Amino acid sequence: MLELDTVTAGYDRRTPVFRGASLTVAPGESVGLLGPSGCGKSTLARVAALLHRPDAGRLVLDGTEVTAWRHRAPRELRTAVGVVFQQPRTAADPRLTLADLLVEPLRATGRRAEAAARLAELAPAVGLTPDLLGRRPHEVSDGQLQRACLGRALALRPRWLVCDEMTAMLDASTTAALVAAVETYREETGASLLAVGHDRLLLRRWCDRTVEWQDCLPAEERP
Amino acid sequence: MTAENVLRALKAVSAGRAEDAVLSVRDLSVRFRLRGGRTVEAVSDAGFDLGAGECLALVGESGCGKSVLASALLGLLPGNAETSGTALLAGPEGAAATDLLAADEKTLARTVRGRRVGLVPQSPAAHLTPVRTVRSQLEETVRALTGTSRRARRRAAEDAAGRAAFPAGHLDRYPHELSGGLAQRAATALALIGDARLLLADEPTTGLDRDLVDRTADELRRHADDGRALLLITHDLAAAERIADRVAVMYAGRIVEIAPAHRFFGPAGPRHPYARGLLDALPDRAFTPIPGMPPELSALPEGCAFAPRCPLATELCSTRPEFTADLACHHPEHPRA
Ligand SMILES: Nc1ncnc2c1ncn2[C@@H]1O[C@H](COP(=O)(O)OP(=O)(O)OP(=O)(O)O)[C@@H](O)[C@H]1O
Ligand code: SF4
Ligand SMILES: [Mg+2]
Repeated sequence: MLELDTVTAGYDRRTPVFRGASLTVAPGESVGLLGPSGCGKSTLARVAALLHRPDAGRLVLDGTEVTAWRHRAPRELRTAVGVVFQQPRTAADPRLTLADLLVEPLRATGRRAEAAARLAELAPAVGLTPDLLGRRPHEVSDGQLQRACLGRALALRPRWLVCDEMTAMLDASTTAALVAAVETYREETGASLLAVGHDRLLLRRWCDRTVEWQDCLPAEERP
Repeated sequence: MTAENVLRALKAVSAGRAEDAVLSVRDLSVRFRLRGGRTVEAVSDAGFDLGAGECLALVGESGCGKSVLASALLGLLPGNAETSGTALLAGPEGAAATDLLAADEKTLARTVRGRRVGLVPQSPAAHLTPVRTVRSQLEETVRALTGTSRRARRRAAEDAAGRAAFPAGHLDRYPHELSGGLAQRAATALALIGDARLLLADEPTTGLDRDLVDRTADELRRHADDGRALLLITHDLAAAERIADRVAVMYAGRIVEIAPAHRFFGPAGPRHPYARGLLDALPDRAFTPIPGMPPELSALPEGCAFAPRCPLATELCSTRPEFTADLACHHPEHPRA
């Protein structure tokens, strides 16, 4: 269960991107958050993924309040969340092969020994062939790189997934393939999902329910 | 005239080009030579005509060669690229056509890019001049075109920004102060303010929400309606459906079908199995991906490149189907009832 309770966040305290946003995702549920360009969805996604500390309000993950961290959220919480962003080119370390990229979170958390076995599960799950796994980001297309970024997000078997415009720069077939990979993972693990974007058709088809951005905000803050 | 140019000219005549085409492309191929002797066949034998007032949408899987095709037309490919074929751009009012693939860099830089051919690039941030505000870049383009008065330039800049849904309050910002979506709109405004007869728009709506996608697409359409030709490269099939007259489908570097948009998106649907698969992947249709992945452009199979993923493939498909009558497939599907 993820609960954002009257959260205010931004990059400069005097002019927050949004004030008082609330949103709940039940265990195993998938929620699509829809909003116009530049409304603050991505900032909210970063808060939900514990990558950005809110200025006010509460963030509760499975009953534990996790708002009180200072520079970085505690590791055991961070690793419970998997995140995929819109731009795989900026999200992926250009020096790593796709294989290294996939298991990077395992190495970073001292679980190097599990890497090979996990890679063997992840690569087919996200549709990457051995040939592609050996290449670096500049040698693959955006779609192939985004498959790797999704694999990396699943590497630590998160209970909770945040996808921010994961498929915005992809063609229809690659989009459907990545969504199918997320859904297979969720069926196997019961993980919850917050998918953020502005493609209404896609999020309605993909998620259990969709929420309009303005409905997350208190009446006086609605645009 | 070199022997090669004569050959090109002869080919052009025999290729049956449309007479009133703003752009007429034949046999366009691009090869990238990689270290270790490998070759990427990024675009192969592409051909199409684009008339005044017409919008052609170019669609296909990520990495299939769409952007390389657009870059080839503008002479913007890196040094390891080899280009062949012809791409005739109609001359201004009766003047001779220019073969974009044969033109030298000086001609391209002075008279083609931004003047006779406009571009909305796929990564606009990299295309805008970093040290100048959006307003000054817009006004500079107007000055270069018409040399109008300062007031008129200012108005033209604000007008173009408005048409591209670029907020006037951001005109005095530098490119690095813009979000991805804003940079996208600034690049669109720059293309709209120009007077190029041919506009190449490469993913002009990525990262925009549906309202802005529709607005931008409609503005591009209006721009074409004024007698210009528009090549719209896009993953957004809804945007293509909204404004395109015809749709060209690219797979593994080849155009495999060109269809009128109303048939492509209508009940009859496209005839190429790949094009059908792409439409069936849409969330308001079956939402099922095409199985497998596109082939490596450096290791293409002999026959039809779609064969490993095609539900209709037979032995025949191990020889490559010719592109005839706007289609390259041995077993095209018949229009759906
Ligand atoms: N400089 C280069 N050297 C080698 N290969 C290249 C180069 N530039 C592009 N390619 C390859 O050419 C192919 C076509 O790339 P292109 O950028 O045209 O794809 P696209 O269809 O526009 O994809 P997207 O939909 O993701 O924008 C890809 O396989 C790409 O890896
Ligand atoms: S030529 Fe054969 S393999 Fe290729 S698309 Fe047509 S039926 Fe499928
Ligand atoms: Mg491209």
